[in-house]
Amino acid sequence: MEAASVNQPVAARPGTSARVRDLLSKYGLIALLAALPVYYGISDLVNDGNLSRLGENVVAGLSNGAIWVLVALGYTLVYGIIELINFAHGEVFMIGSFVSFSLYGTLGLTLATGPLGLVVGLLVTLIVAMVTCGVLNVMIERVAYRPLRNAPKLAPLITAVGFSFILQNVGVLWQGGSQRGITDLIDAQKVLFTVVGVSVSRADLLAIAVTIPLVFLLTAFVGRSRLGKAMRATAQDPEAARLMGINVDTTISLTFLLGGLLAGAAGLIYALYQTQIWYFQGFTAGLIAFTAAVMGGIGNLRGAVVGGLIIGIIQQISDNRDPTGLGPELTPAIVFFYLVIIMVFRPQGLIGEETREAG
Amino acid sequence: MSRLSEFRESRWGRMLPAIVVVVAVALFPLFRPPLDGFMDDAVLALAYVVMALGLNLVVGFAGLLDLGYVAFYAFGSLATGWFASDLWSKIGGEKGVHIGVSSFSGSLPGVHLNFLLIVIGAVILTAVAGAIIGLPTLRLRGDYIAIVTLAFGEIIGRLAQSGDQISPGGYKFSNGRQSISPVDQIDIPFFNQFDSATDLRPYYWTVLALVLVVLFVNMRLRDSRLGRAWIALREDEVAAASMGVPLVRTKLMAYAVGAAFGGISGAFLGAYLNSVNANQFQFGFSIFILAMVILGGLGSIWGTVIGAVLLAFVNNRLIPDVLDNVPSKVGLDFNVTELSFGIFGFVLVLMMVLRPEGILPERRRQLELTEGIGTGSDASVEGRA
Repeated sequence: MEAASVNQPVAARPGTSARVRDLLSKYGLIALLAALPVYYGISDLVNDGNLSRLGENVVAGLSNGAIWVLVALGYTLVYGIIELINFAHGEVFMIGSFVSFSLYGTLGLTLATGPLGLVVGLLVTLIVAMVTCGVLNVMIERVAYRPLRNAPKLAPLITAVGFSFILQNVGVLWQGGSQRGITDLIDAQKVLFTVVGVSVSRADLLAIAVTIPLVFLLTAFVGRSRLGKAMRATAQDPEAARLMGINVDTTISLTFLLGGLLAGAAGLIYALYQTQIWYFQGFTAGLIAFTAAVMGGIGNLRGAVVGGLIIGIIQQISDNRDPTGLGPELTPAIVFFYLVIIMVFRPQGLIGEETREAG
Repeated sequence: MSRLSEFRESRWGRMLPAIVVVVAVALFPLFRPPLDGFMDDAVLALAYVVMALGLNLVVGFAGLLDLGYVAFYAFGSLATGWFASDLWSKIGGEKGVHIGVSSFSGSLPGVHLNFLLIVIGAVILTAVAGAIIGLPTLRLRGDYIAIVTLAFGEIIGRLAQSGDQISPGGYKFSNGRQSISPVDQIDIPFFNQFDSATDLRPYYWTVLALVLVVLFVNMRLRDSRLGRAWIALREDEVAAASMGVPLVRTKLMAYAVGAAFGGISGAFLGAYLNSVNANQFQFGFSIFILAMVILGGLGSIWGTVIGAVLLAFVNNRLIPDVLDNVPSKVGLDFNVTELSFGIFGFVLVLMMVLRPEGILPERRRQLELTEGIGTGSDASVEGRA
């Protein structure tokens, strides 16, 4: 069903060579992904005599990756159902951070707020941020994608890029054009406990603690509920789904709503975790999360989770190895390099192709 | 039929408006001061026309959405940076390498080549880069191509921004966050060396010549076998392949030729601005150029020219000079300049939703875009065609 298969008659006849190539592309990719941690693991062992620095990177990477997971799920859901790269999704995530930050002020959340007030306040913030982003995402679909449902594929992609820029500028108007430090409400870097030399901070725990239930809720919703079934049916075949009495437009809106909800949650976690926000965070986050979604196999929920965590780790390692050639400056280049490699050698992702079954 | 209408139908008659426009555009600087803001805008606008025509070839003709076009601007500019500045001051025993330049540049360290050589170098460099970037996208579908090209554009931009650390053998890739400056003024055989501090007109005529060459190549390409193959590819890849269009070669040619135009423009801009600034190599620039193509009409050469000139003036004149203070006059606290990319984004959305064929549509493209949207419109499309 991929148009690509048309140009490659070789791929059409399965044989040992094709199978070897498939294995090679799969394990080659895994080897490539492992190269960075293994290299720095060895260098840590040589220089420090233990692996705790790499361990710190991995823990921070997993928690950072949890944020990318939430954003990547939004990409994967939308791609699974209408095969569109929702380019503006990263900016929806950014708006989530901004909404959260302004709610700190509205709800009077400061460093002086007691623990109970903080928990309640953050829960309210979480819900408001999620709902705002969900509704925003649905509105974007309504304005920019739905009128172009039958147009050539380039058209909605171009409006998506356009919307991403519009939202970025909304961000500029709202919070200014430079990075902005915000209140560190939860004392994010405070170390909670240390396991074999690897410390786990509050921010790490928070990211994981919010992401896991959300991912389970989402998979349960898509897998079990009636609406989830409608989503999967629409993803498989929109025409047939329509004939079976499913309201395809509503189902697509619902998909955007779910993606937006997750992006909103990710926005709040990001704000609490990084304690700084800026209008451009969504662009980078969007590309990283998209890489994660593709890495796992776009359209595949489990794939997005795995991909998000892996990309988180790679990103952390690259961020924290300044003197040895890498560094935060080059991190996006590293991530995009992986994106290109995956796209070229294994476009169906690590877990495999379930594009048409969003589950 | 009268003589007049007969003349209008003839080959020269149809070209007459274009000739009049070209002559007017070429001559008007003679009646203006040699150095003012308008001249500056005009030079930039024409440089953007070259770039937009290159992107139009990739996106409009071949239907490959390239979101990393800034990479070719970067390579073209860097070529000027490498070959017309003291960036590589170590070369030639600190004396430098000089080919066909005036005596002043000839005494400086670093590589200093004649502008024509630089343009040729930039064309080769960007065409190869375009083909290399295109290579991995061959197996991919449309929307994946967009992302891979975007990723490449970002990689090149990031590398250029930290290019002062990338220096094999002491030859830096770029000057990092500092720009490569000064870059030599353009030096063309039989003319005095240009001086952008006193007279912008030589630059204007140079870029106008580039525009005309690129326009001519563009039109000939569109009507050539290759151009028809591109359009066939855009309309239906499977059908084109089964009709014997070699997909790989055709796509790579689109990338390479489109990239070369970007490189020409980049090389010119590097020399015109007298510096190569890596901070300009941002994703936003790709979108700026894409907005020109979309505004004018995907696949339409004259539409692209109009779109490029229009948006260049919006960006360089309307937004900073006219609209910038409007919000503060009505009591709002922001400048329109900050929002320029939001405006281009708005242009993209608006055009795609309301008039996807652009200001000056290409007829074939218009048919393709309207077919299938609704059912009632089919008849009207056929009527128009």
